[in-house]
Amino acid sequence: MWKFSLRRILIMIPQLFVLSVLLFVLAKMMPGDALSGMIDPNVDPERIEELRNQLGFYDPWHVQYASWVGDLLKGDLGTSFRFKMPVTELMGQRIVNSFWLSLATLILTYLIAIPLGITSGRFNDTLRDQLITGYSYVGFATPLFIFALVMLWLFGFHLQWFPTSGSVAPGSVPGTFEYVMSKLYHLLLPALSMALISTYSTIQYLRNEIVDTKQKDFILMARSKGASESRVYNRHIFRNSLLPIAAFFGYEITLLIGGSIFIENIFGYPGMGQLLLESISQRDYSVVVGTTLLFGIASILGALLSDIILSIIDPRIRIK
Amino acid sequence: MEANSANVELQSKTVTKTPSGFSVVWREIVRDKLALLSLIFLVGISAFVYGTAIVLDQEEIVKVDLFAIYEAPGEEYILGTDYGGRDIFGQLIIGTRNSLSIAILVTVMTGFIGVVFGLVAGFFGGHIDNIMMRVLDFFNVLPFMMIVIVFVAIVPKYSVWTFSLIMTAFLWMGIARLIRSRALQEKELDYIHAAKTLGTSNIKIIFKHVLPNISSLVIVTMTLNLAANIGLESGLSFLGFGFPESTPSLGTLLSYATNPQTLEYRWWIWVPASVMILLLMLAVNNVGTALRRATDARQRRG
Repeated sequence: MWKFSLRRILIMIPQLFVLSVLLFVLAKMMPGDALSGMIDPNVDPERIEELRNQLGFYDPWHVQYASWVGDLLKGDLGTSFRFKMPVTELMGQRIVNSFWLSLATLILTYLIAIPLGITSGRFNDTLRDQLITGYSYVGFATPLFIFALVMLWLFGFHLQWFPTSGSVAPGSVPGTFEYVMSKLYHLLLPALSMALISTYSTIQYLRNEIVDTKQKDFILMARSKGASESRVYNRHIFRNSLLPIAAFFGYEITLLIGGSIFIENIFGYPGMGQLLLESISQRDYSVVVGTTLLFGIASILGALLSDIILSIIDPRIRIK
Repeated sequence: MEANSANVELQSKTVTKTPSGFSVVWREIVRDKLALLSLIFLVGISAFVYGTAIVLDQEEIVKVDLFAIYEAPGEEYILGTDYGGRDIFGQLIIGTRNSLSIAILVTVMTGFIGVVFGLVAGFFGGHIDNIMMRVLDFFNVLPFMMIVIVFVAIVPKYSVWTFSLIMTAFLWMGIARLIRSRALQEKELDYIHAAKTLGTSNIKIIFKHVLPNISSLVIVTMTLNLAANIGLESGLSFLGFGFPESTPSLGTLLSYATNPQTLEYRWWIWVPASVMILLLMLAVNNVGTALRRATDARQRRG
């Protein structure tokens, strides 16, 4: 397993390299540079040229790339000209919010999907199974942003059960119990909206796996030893059907990253996705590059995680 | 093309008269009432949308009319107006047309790239396959939404064409991977060896022998991709990174709902577009799953 993991991590290095080149090119294509935000019309253009020279603006591209990556590795992503603060500091606040939102979504997704998948697989081709399959199919075909809008309209505005924007009630003091509860309260609707329609793959794969496992010999063996029905399902079948869920874990993370941009936009939740959209519309490009880089790294890590998990539970993959 | 879709199954069947590929597909769709209904809906809505869009004047519809802002549905405007006094019903028709067109365009382009890439990687195998798969893996791990948004934001001379090219550039991997794995299996079959022995060139084998035999997979995948692309396009337009506002799409109509006032009180602006996206995606998906069943004898109903 260690050998496989190591090889898999090595593959990640060229991926990170190409990602950084791509972002570097994007950053160069973006209008403006580090100075255009602070240019004062009274400053002599020659002085600006001089500064640009000092900052390496006219260096050959590989020198510029090297210094750019060097800054990245030191954790320097530049300064946001809108907020007048380092990009890393700005992102730090948002990452925490996004992290909690993603975690809540993941937990809710599995809380909903696993029992439904088990029921669906255990009682396959009954009415219950058809209802669950129907629900997950509709969830699969519904775009996230439409569903989120409907949820916001229904529970946020119409029934007024949940707050309609923000990540915490204004005026709460960090560290108090109320603060945590308010955070959770603000998280619930966005996370639920996303979880409810991203259950499709988990439910369907769990169902198919259980239907398959049910007919295997070791289940017959367990039954003939006199194991109770619940024991057969919980101990024998469920454990052997976990593979697809684990395999999809990394994929869920990728989905979460893509989905968070809609969810944060619709629910006005101040996370990374929201930050990216705001910075693009405000032309705050150093923040755009920083957030995109982070999303890219998160996706690469998600894929890595899913491959490693898969290699732990399915030894056949390691041999390749 | 449909004639090949059932080839694989036909070989294994020993029925006296094997049904033709098209009749298998047709029977499968008719058996599945939902798929039939979806197909009728799709044909009807496209005929209506493309038909009326010829008569309707897009300039006229997107023209701002300050005397008719936020009018509720009534006699003059069947579905009311938006913040610029523009007719929602007209925008819905044009939006559906635009969304459908771009989804079809992107599906065809990604299909083309994906099929060629997958066929070449799968057929040649070895080092070529290895290198090509690393390239694919890289595209695969990129966060699609973010990268597309950034590209859309910084591309100079942004137009519908550049938009579809950007989408295509980051969407071809799924189909390429599927086609590659099928091509890997296919190239070990006897008829390919026979063709090689006869001295047929690789290009000819790939496009004349392998491609027809996996065309069913291509058609099914592309149909299912079409549904996903409708959702992706409207999602990007919803965020403001799809069509420019002068060319309405279904997502543009939905984006008005980010205004809480609109979301809460002016349902006529965003509900019809949501229903339309939902129906389109469900219908295309239904047809796609029926097609998939038709190409796989084990899943067939009829």
